[in-house]
Amino acid sequence: MKLHHLTIADMRARLDSGELTAVTLTEAVLSNINANDTSVGAYLHVDSDGALAQAKAADARIAAGERTPMLGIPLGIKDVLSTKGLPTTCASKVLEGYIPPYDATAVARLKNAGGVILGKLNMDEFAMGSSTENSAYQLTRNPWNHDCVPGGSSGGSAAAVAAGLAAGTLGTDTGGSIRQPASLCGITGLKPTYGRVSRYGAVAFASSLDQIGPMAWTARDAAMMLQVIAGQDEHDATSAPLAVPDYLAALGGDLKGVRVGIPRELFVEGIQKGTEQAVRNAVDVLKQLGAIIKEISLPHSGYALPVYYIVATAEASSNLARFDGVRYGNRSAGESYREQLDATRGDLFGPEVRRRIMLGTYALSAGYYDAYYKRAQQVRTLIRQDFTAAFADVDIIAAPTSPNVAFKFGENSDDPVAMYLQDVCTLPVSLAGLPGISVPCGFDNGLPIGLQLIGPAFSEAELLRVSDAYQTQTEWHSKRPA
Amino acid sequence: MSLTRAEVVRVADLARLRLSDGEIDAMQSQLSRILEHVSALQAVDVTGVEPTAQVTDLVNALRTDANWPSLERTAAIRNSADTDLGMFRVKAVFEEH
Repeated sequence: MKLHHLTIADMRARLDSGELTAVTLTEAVLSNINANDTSVGAYLHVDSDGALAQAKAADARIAAGERTPMLGIPLGIKDVLSTKGLPTTCASKVLEGYIPPYDATAVARLKNAGGVILGKLNMDEFAMGSSTENSAYQLTRNPWNHDCVPGGSSGGSAAAVAAGLAAGTLGTDTGGSIRQPASLCGITGLKPTYGRVSRYGAVAFASSLDQIGPMAWTARDAAMMLQVIAGQDEHDATSAPLAVPDYLAALGGDLKGVRVGIPRELFVEGIQKGTEQAVRNAVDVLKQLGAIIKEISLPHSGYALPVYYIVATAEASSNLARFDGVRYGNRSAGESYREQLDATRGDLFGPEVRRRIMLGTYALSAGYYDAYYKRAQQVRTLIRQDFTAAFADVDIIAAPTSPNVAFKFGENSDDPVAMYLQDVCTLPVSLAGLPGISVPCGFDNGLPIGLQLIGPAFSEAELLRVSDAYQTQTEWHSKRPA
Repeated sequence: MSLTRAEVVRVADLARLRLSDGEIDAMQSQLSRILEHVSALQAVDVTGVEPTAQVTDLVNALRTDANWPSLERTAAIRNSADTDLGMFRVKAVFEEH
């Protein structure tokens, strides 16, 4: 296997044994970016010089005897995360040219751990979308089929791993934006529990839902990354004041006695046959490993989509009020302050972002608040209670990540609701603030399928352990696109 | 559930978004379509259900009461399109009457 296609764990072993240097590895990945990213379009910005300098520093630390998980590993960062000295646009024209004066905590922790930051990855503008087609700058192509989308909103982060343009990447997930692109690109993607990873420096979309997480080939790789980025941060008051378990040490063992719930509601109407079959086959593998399979119900999950499109847009309309063209980013011309403000926002936000700001503003406006926002928050409580009830009987839940494999460009662009339906299997998990992971579990027509595993709050170690056990029995995570 | 054109114009004003006539028309039909989907929530019995605003269950998260260094002024304003004397510059906010 070519260097740029190795897992993080394989790179780690070769770096630690001295068979490979971080500089050689970084050069190999940069050279693959040069050769292939013109067609994939994963990166908005590549920092070759910075990456090579970080690789050199990592080699010095390895030579001095340091043995830590991320040291010298080439990584990419979703462009919604602030990176000191590197452009951060959220794939929006409103932030064109913006260079943050500080690092997001998750980025700072990867850097301190010796991770090599290659650059910034494409996404749907402000993380709003499920195909990365809402980027103001470029399309990102699915490495398995260039006519198809990579999913979104972390489409660049998923495609980069699948195409060997980074060994691991950071994504963000508000309603499915790590898990769905991981599924569509055939990699592993973990959305941690809300509060597990500091959101400091992540440009806010919906603050009660946003969470940063790792994307890589395997659960083991995701565990290595999560180990570094998880934990309380004084810069984020919602980060959990809990100790971080040793995720790598938790891997291993069989699944004897693990109770896995299969929620009938997440095998949604309209799910593709190939997807359903692959997910059910994956559940059989868990059973062979000793798991006890139980059918369960999440009765309110059908309401997750309408709840999400009120709660998330309401929060977005407030968060995105900060883009006024005064302190950062672009500013449109106008005769007065107000004209400049309205022109900047009207001209420089893309159509989907404007639509969501409008919807959220409407839902929060006088006379509509109780009917929309308050009611959505009440139904959110019911969705959360469904999970609490389910986890009284089962340890984890298994479901599809997406009801379908990657679709063609433009296929869901005309009708916003059709695109929103892409996230129907991931939204309930986000609204409940729970951790979810997508692991590759098959192919349909040459396109990857993802199995979603969901656990109670702060059960990442168990989710990673079950995913890793599944990956010891299957080869889906070892396939690479041509 | 459908939105009137006047409602779309009012919400765009609240949201500080300049929209063209064509964009207002498109927004009217798209938002109406989304609200139609969202109206499913009206069927749920929410009597006595507390709203969920956040899921951490944390109360009063406090940081250490100590001074932290903040950004240098030059770094803080470096990304602005228009600055003067170390400050952000904007057009007059109050209009003359």
